[in-house]
Amino acid sequence: MKQVSTISGRAIPLGLKNVDTDVIIPAHWLKTVSREGLGKGAFETIRQTPGNPFDVEDFAGAPILIAGDNFGCGSSREHAAWAMLDMGLTAVIAPSFSDIFSGNAFKNGILAVELPQDQVDRLLEVAKDHPITIDLENQVVTTPFQDRFTFEVDPFRKHCLLNGLDEIGLTLERDASIAKHEQTRSASLPWLGAPQNKRREPA
Amino acid sequence: MASKPRTLYEKIWDAHVVERQDDGTCLVYIDRHLVHEVTSPQAFEALRLAGRKVRRPDLTLAVPDHNLPTTPRLARDGSRLPIEDKQSAAQLAALEANAPAFGIDYIDAVAPEQGIVHVVGPEQGFSLPGTTIVCGDSHTAAHGGIGALAFGIGTSEVEHVLATQTLLLRPSKTMEVRVEGKLGPGVTPKDLILHIIGVIGTAGGTGHVIEYRGPVFEKMSVEGRLTVCNMSIEGGARAGLIAPDETVFEYLEGRPYAPSGQAWDDAVEWWRSLATDEGASFDKSVVIDAADVEPTVSWGTSPEDVVAIGGTVPSPDSFADPSKQEAARKSLDYMGLAPGTPLEAVEVENIFIGSCTNSRIEDLRAAAAVLEGRKKAANVRWAIAVPGSGLVKRQAEEEGLDRIFTEAGFEWREPGCSACLAMNPDKVPPGERCASTSNRNFVGRQGPGSRTHLLSPAMAAAAAVTGRLTDVRKLMGE
Repeated sequence: MKQVSTISGRAIPLGLKNVDTDVIIPAHWLKTVSREGLGKGAFETIRQTPGNPFDVEDFAGAPILIAGDNFGCGSSREHAAWAMLDMGLTAVIAPSFSDIFSGNAFKNGILAVELPQDQVDRLLEVAKDHPITIDLENQVVTTPFQDRFTFEVDPFRKHCLLNGLDEIGLTLERDASIAKHEQTRSASLPWLGAPQNKRREPA
Repeated sequence: MASKPRTLYEKIWDAHVVERQDDGTCLVYIDRHLVHEVTSPQAFEALRLAGRKVRRPDLTLAVPDHNLPTTPRLARDGSRLPIEDKQSAAQLAALEANAPAFGIDYIDAVAPEQGIVHVVGPEQGFSLPGTTIVCGDSHTAAHGGIGALAFGIGTSEVEHVLATQTLLLRPSKTMEVRVEGKLGPGVTPKDLILHIIGVIGTAGGTGHVIEYRGPVFEKMSVEGRLTVCNMSIEGGARAGLIAPDETVFEYLEGRPYAPSGQAWDDAVEWWRSLATDEGASFDKSVVIDAADVEPTVSWGTSPEDVVAIGGTVPSPDSFADPSKQEAARKSLDYMGLAPGTPLEAVEVENIFIGSCTNSRIEDLRAAAAVLEGRKKAANVRWAIAVPGSGLVKRQAEEEGLDRIFTEAGFEWREPGCSACLAMNPDKVPPGERCASTSNRNFVGRQGPGSRTHLLSPAMAAAAAVTGRLTDVRKLMGE
């Protein structure tokens, strides 16, 4: 995982509620076997509308997106996170996120920062003309003005992000515990660890 | 000392925690991993690059569903027909190569057991009560219908499960959705879950696992329970659960991957112990009176945008929340609907009966019961019935349902995700409406510019017959 500490720059003031994963990346983009190149399809339906915030020149290459409640609802497609990364987004600020999206964002080093609606509203205003800074270490979002909004973050995720840790690598170190769990379970509930697979039996 | 009363979720969770870190994150064991072609290629590739193996290929089952065209797959000579879309073909080929390369059992595109992964899991007895089940697909929540803790994961998590058979998770909060009373005639599990999502909202279950409780669920078939739990994610909950009972045990016994003999008896004994204890508490509780649930349809572009079929398209101003007003205005603009329009006046050109929500045998029976002896209306351009698996298809054909569909003017298709998500050739054209038994009415979900109305299979059949959204109860008992 890429190390993440502070993200600073322009923020696209999208503001919409319930931005679903089909909006972030429509399904026809999901036929790829790669993680790359999905930025072209990111927010495709919104970008087809003239005057949408993604096409405002000031926001070209902006690292932050500001959205409404329930960002990333819908499908589990990690392509949503990959598409956002590919278009240069490394943080999203919203009042709430879907559970699956926030997990996918984290795994890709995208900060999903939850702030109350009134603070998000303030940032939407500031973002029109000014940059925003997200400091993960101190869990605070600041603007060039006096704004200083603190946010919560899962301590384990914060630790992984700040140190660029590979979750799978960490879990593989727990191999002995996993094996022990499997042994205990196979003693008490043997059927659980051994699907029968009679599917291929001759009829 | 008596132990603290626990919920069904807490019992399954506790039985799967391998380790708990000081910060509250848990390493959780995964019993069953379902894999399809869309969300797995990057995970397999990453394993390959890191030189990692699949820890438990025997707990993993792969089947293609999203990309597969639902037109015939075999030529007259029995050879496989090529898939025209090159990207789809490549993605399907990747799964077909990755599964054997990593030792994973694979149901191929022309096997009789092939189907939508969430139909196949329970049907094969691969999904079992009390287990943890994951799949790179948010509708994995469906398997909660047989009493499994089942949820969708992203591709990085797919890779994590393949490599370690575990996930790093924090416990969810618990939410009870209790439905009291009895559903009226013509009111189905799909109407109920649409109604529930309308009540709790699409973020109502965020951070929670829902347990559906009450007499309605106790009497509900396994197919109905799978439909309800399937759409938990549309209510924001990563998983939904219904306590496993005799109905579930009867459904699962003898299925190919299910335990048998003494192992089956032992399993059932454990499953019986999983129901939520008397006195256990939930973080959140919602009570719904079944008598309030009518045949329900969606009018907007979020699954919470639902109304009883006898109702009208709401005015954006009727919502208290200004952001919801704005969203409703956008939705109605996209849907081409004016506030105050009776839902029953809305004409539809397309009918889709299928998807992991509603493609099981009961769904097809319910639709066929409405269609029998009737034909689709002249303005209905395209109507398809897509069984959830090859086995569902075979059973439906044995019951003669395929003939009812085709005589009514439906196309009878091969199993797959089909028109639910516009990843395969089954799409709804721009600006056209579809009465759809699927789960999402998002902008562009069934194809760019498509307009989706979510409803039950019986309601979809009624819409096919009249050419507009229709209260199916008017066609019943005629």
